[in-house]
Amino acid sequence: MMEATVESTIEQSADSLVSRPATGERAPVAEGETVGSPFVDSPKMAMRNVDVFYNDKQAIFDVSMDIGSNEVVSMIGPSGCGKSTFLRALNRMNDTIEGARVEGSLRLEGQDIYDPKLDVVPLRARVGMVFQKPNPFPKSIYDNVAYGPRIHGLVDRRADLDDVVEDSLQRAGLWNEVKDRLNQPGTGLSGGQQQRLCIARTIAVSPEVILMDEPCSALDPIATAKIEELIAELSENFTIAIVTHSMQQAARVSSRTAYFHLGKLIEVNDTERVFTNPEHELTEAYITGRFG
Amino acid sequence: MDNLHLDQHISQQFNADLEELKTQLLEMGGVVEHQIIDAVKAIENADGSLAEKVLITEDEVDKREIQLDEQATMVLARRQPAASDLRMVLAVTKVTRDLERMGDEAQKIAKMAIALNEDGEAPRGYVELRHLGTSVQKMVNATLDAFARFDVATALQVAYDDRNVDREYKTAMRELVTYMMEDPRSISRVMNIMWALRSLERIGDHARNIAEHIIYLVKGLDVRHSSVKEIERQIQGS
Repeated sequence: MMEATVESTIEQSADSLVSRPATGERAPVAEGETVGSPFVDSPKMAMRNVDVFYNDKQAIFDVSMDIGSNEVVSMIGPSGCGKSTFLRALNRMNDTIEGARVEGSLRLEGQDIYDPKLDVVPLRARVGMVFQKPNPFPKSIYDNVAYGPRIHGLVDRRADLDDVVEDSLQRAGLWNEVKDRLNQPGTGLSGGQQQRLCIARTIAVSPEVILMDEPCSALDPIATAKIEELIAELSENFTIAIVTHSMQQAARVSSRTAYFHLGKLIEVNDTERVFTNPEHELTEAYITGRFG
Repeated sequence: MDNLHLDQHISQQFNADLEELKTQLLEMGGVVEHQIIDAVKAIENADGSLAEKVLITEDEVDKREIQLDEQATMVLARRQPAASDLRMVLAVTKVTRDLERMGDEAQKIAKMAIALNEDGEAPRGYVELRHLGTSVQKMVNATLDAFARFDVATALQVAYDDRNVDREYKTAMRELVTYMMEDPRSISRVMNIMWALRSLERIGDHARNIAEHIIYLVKGLDVRHSSVKEIERQIQGS
């Protein structure tokens, strides 16, 4: 009797499996729907139905996702997929581009960052940005880091400013390399050092969120490793969103990964999941280097 | 049918590397499958020279294991595979290990065949051996087939079959122990058959392991240490 039950179950199960879509294929996803887990509990930043236009051309379509406190979120996707555009929308960097328009809801701890009454200067202190090419000011190393705290009026006394500069350079892992030449120009540093200087400059104003737009693409592997190490350390105190072309980098540094494709957010999942068993076939095709 | 789309990488060389891994693995599987068939036949027909052939083949299996590991390491180092490609490489290294151990068990069966050839045939146990041998050979064949086609349904079937093999093995053990109690003079010869049955049962376990690796490869589900029912539920839920 037992045998009969087992046999019939096997047949049924085999049938039901055969009738399912062929293995490896995934059920089609409704238009515009992001698979995975784009939302988190008590997010640092919450974006809902975000569209970004450059004049008539729409670059981002109905993107909704959260960035959680103290997490590292990486944004990946082919060139022109909109990941940098989306990142730049997060601290209104797109405002500087003629014809750029952002619609939808983007909130930093519940506050609408596109509120017309909101001053973007303090916003960009709260949500700092590190760019692809290291762009130190043509000033001394010290002044590069001190620039932000000075213009935002964060410190009154020279001694306090010294502390902020040292602390920021320490946190950026650059202090030991530059402490004896703080008055020399920042542009005289190596590429990797310049990028860490830019990170020190960003964290000197104690931001809550740091946006990084391909921060390592101009650096060699050793400088890259140092930045990646730094990202891990910084994530203890800051929330980080990083756009990267290097999938290995996304896999190494982030806890969640978002995959963009043609301006749409296709999938957001735990990084481990994305790189071992992504939910969406477009994600799979991109990270395995197949024809998209 | 390649439902993992192994041949659709932008890099043709990557396609070729993965295809090569798969081909090599299936070739190794074919060698081990023949080893098992020959080992069982060697006992049934008291064929000492066939048993010797199984022992010699073991060298080839070991070499293929090393070669596959090297190939897999090369793909990991050069391609940093992700998602299904990563699961493919990991699954290949695991399946290789199970195949090699199946080969070891076939070798043990062959040694029992040689012992039985020298000590004389056992009075009992051949029927059980033939039954279990057929079931296990079918499992191994189905497993390799499932790998070749990345076929989860067949892999699940193998996991079910393993339960039946375990049951058959236990029944055979009970019968042979009873027989030995009645006729203690036959103990050493019947024991040889029992060791061979034990090896066949182990080969069934390795086939089940491979089936689990296939489910991991295709579905991304780690179903080790789960009951067959649980595996089935997980597959249907995925």
